[in-house]
Amino acid sequence: MRDEDENQKNPNDSPESPGVSRRDFLKISGISVAVPLVAGPRVIKAAGQEVRVYGPGKVPMEFAINGKNYKANLEPRVTLLDALRDEFELTGAKRVCDRAECGACTVLVDNKPVYACAMLAIEAQHKAITTVESLTRDGKLHPIQQAFVDNDASQCGFCTPGFVVACKAFLDKHPHPTPEDIRRGLSGNLCRCGTYAGIRKAIAQVAQKGA
Amino acid sequence: MRPFEYVSPNTRSQAISLLGASRGNAEILAGGTDLLTLMKDDVVAPKRLINIKGINDLHGVSSNAQGFHIGALTTLGDLADDATVRQNYPALAEALAEAASPQIRNLATLGGNLCQRPRCWYFRNGFGLLPKNETGKELVAEGENRYHAILGNEGPAKFVSPSTLVPILVAYGAKIRLEGPKGKRELPLEKFFVIPKNEGEREHDLRPNEIVTEVVIPPASDVRAAHYEIRQKEIFDWPLAVAGVALKMRGSNVQSARIVMGYVAPVPWPSPEAEQALVGQPINKDTAQRAAEAALTNAKPLSHNAYKVQLARVALRRAILKAASGGVS
Repeated sequence: MRDEDENQKNPNDSPESPGVSRRDFLKISGISVAVPLVAGPRVIKAAGQEVRVYGPGKVPMEFAINGKNYKANLEPRVTLLDALRDEFELTGAKRVCDRAECGACTVLVDNKPVYACAMLAIEAQHKAITTVESLTRDGKLHPIQQAFVDNDASQCGFCTPGFVVACKAFLDKHPHPTPEDIRRGLSGNLCRCGTYAGIRKAIAQVAQKGA
Repeated sequence: MRPFEYVSPNTRSQAISLLGASRGNAEILAGGTDLLTLMKDDVVAPKRLINIKGINDLHGVSSNAQGFHIGALTTLGDLADDATVRQNYPALAEALAEAASPQIRNLATLGGNLCQRPRCWYFRNGFGLLPKNETGKELVAEGENRYHAILGNEGPAKFVSPSTLVPILVAYGAKIRLEGPKGKRELPLEKFFVIPKNEGEREHDLRPNEIVTEVVIPPASDVRAAHYEIRQKEIFDWPLAVAGVALKMRGSNVQSARIVMGYVAPVPWPSPEAEQALVGQPINKDTAQRAAEAALTNAKPLSHNAYKVQLARVALRRAILKAASGGVS
C-alpha cells in the first residue's frame, strides 16, 4: 500500500507551491536519522613518509562542477554520480545500471566522457566536471539538444542526458565523423527504446552545421 | 558498497608499504572500472583502497632500444590515440579501439586491464573463482558454462582470461614489470597469468604487496601482426574468441610465428602447434586453416560451449590471413 501512496499525485505538489518535494523530504528525514560525523584525515607513515588516510567516515570534499565550486562531507565510498545527484541536486546524469555499462550517467571529467558511476567522488575533486545541466544557456538549448528534438532522438528520454553529453564529447573530438565513426563513438551508451536512428541523424545534423 | 578508508600515495614505495603482506585487506585503485563494480556487488570488500594514480612515474609512454614502454597507469584511451602505437603496433591499436566503450577507455588503465578479474558469472555472483557447492561438486562443469574455457580447463578453473589486449601483446612479445618490497622483477607477459588450483589463489602472479609498473613491447618493425575478435554484439561486448598473431617473414614464407588465443582458457593461450604448422610455409587459406585446426586439436569443450571451438578456429584463421595481408581483413 505504501507504494501506491507514494505514487499518488499530491495536489500541493505543483512547481508554484512552496510544499516539501519528495527529494527534500528524503533529505530532511535523512538528516534526522544519520548525524554526520566528519573527521579530518589520519596521518600514518608509509616508507618513511607521511600519508593521509581518509574515511571510512565522512570527509570534507570540494568539487569544480560546471565552473562552480561545491563542498560536501562524504564517505570515500560515494561515487561521483551519487554525489552529483544526491548532494548537489544535479540529477541530469542518471543512475541506471550503476555498473559502467549503460552510459546514462555520462559526464565529462577534464573534458573526457566517463561514467560517473565508475569514479569515486573523492578522486574527482579538483578536476573539471561538466554535466548536462551546463549545456543549456539562458534557456536556449545547446545545438546538440536542439538536434535531438529536431530528429526525434528521444522516446522515454531516460538515456538522453547521458547520450547528449557523450555526443558533445564525441563531436568535440571528431567534428566531421563518418557514419562508422558515429556508430563506434557512441557505443558506450544504450537506449532501451531504440532511438539510435534518430540519435545518429541528430549527430550528423550538428556535424554538418557545426556545434 | 561497504565503507573503506582511502589513501592516495605519491610514490611506488609508499604504495607498496601501504598494501601490506596479506591479501584481501587492501586493493589497488587505478581506473576503478572493474574494482568498483566488484565492490558494489560485494565480491571484494577491501578495508583500504590505495589510489595509485598520484604516482607520476607510472603514467605515460616512452621509447628506447628495448622497445616501447607503457606506464601501468596509461589509460586505454590515451594509448589508442598514441602515434607510436598506431604506427608501430597497429594490431594493438585496433585491439584498443575495440576494447569496451569510449567512457571506459578514458578511465581504464593498461595495468588494470591486465589485472582485471574474470567475467565468469559464478565468480561475479559471489561463488568464488573455482565455484563448488556444499558437496564439493564443481558448479561450472555441470552448470551454465556457455562462455567458459575450452582449453586448459582440466582443473577446477573453468573461467576465461578476460583481457582482450593480452593475446596481441603476448604475440608482440611484451614483458610486464612489477615492483614489490624486495625490488623489481620482469616476466614475459604470458607468465604473469596462472591457472589457480585452489580457492584463494589468484589468476595473476602478483604478490599482495606488488604493483604493476610497466609493460614493454619490443620493436616490431619487421613484424606483421593482427588482432581478431568474435563478439555477439558488434561492439562493447565481451568476446567469444580472440586471436593475436605476429609473423616474421623470410621472402614469402613464415620465418617465425607467435600465435595466441584469448577467451578460450583461464590464461592467454599461446599455440606452439599453430606456430609449428606455419613456420616455413607461405600464408594462404589452406595453411591458415591447418594452423587453426592444429591450435584447437586439444580443445575439450564443456557441456554448453562446443560452439566456441569453431569460433576460436575462425578467429585464428582470419587473424593469420589478416596479419599476412598487412593487417587488413
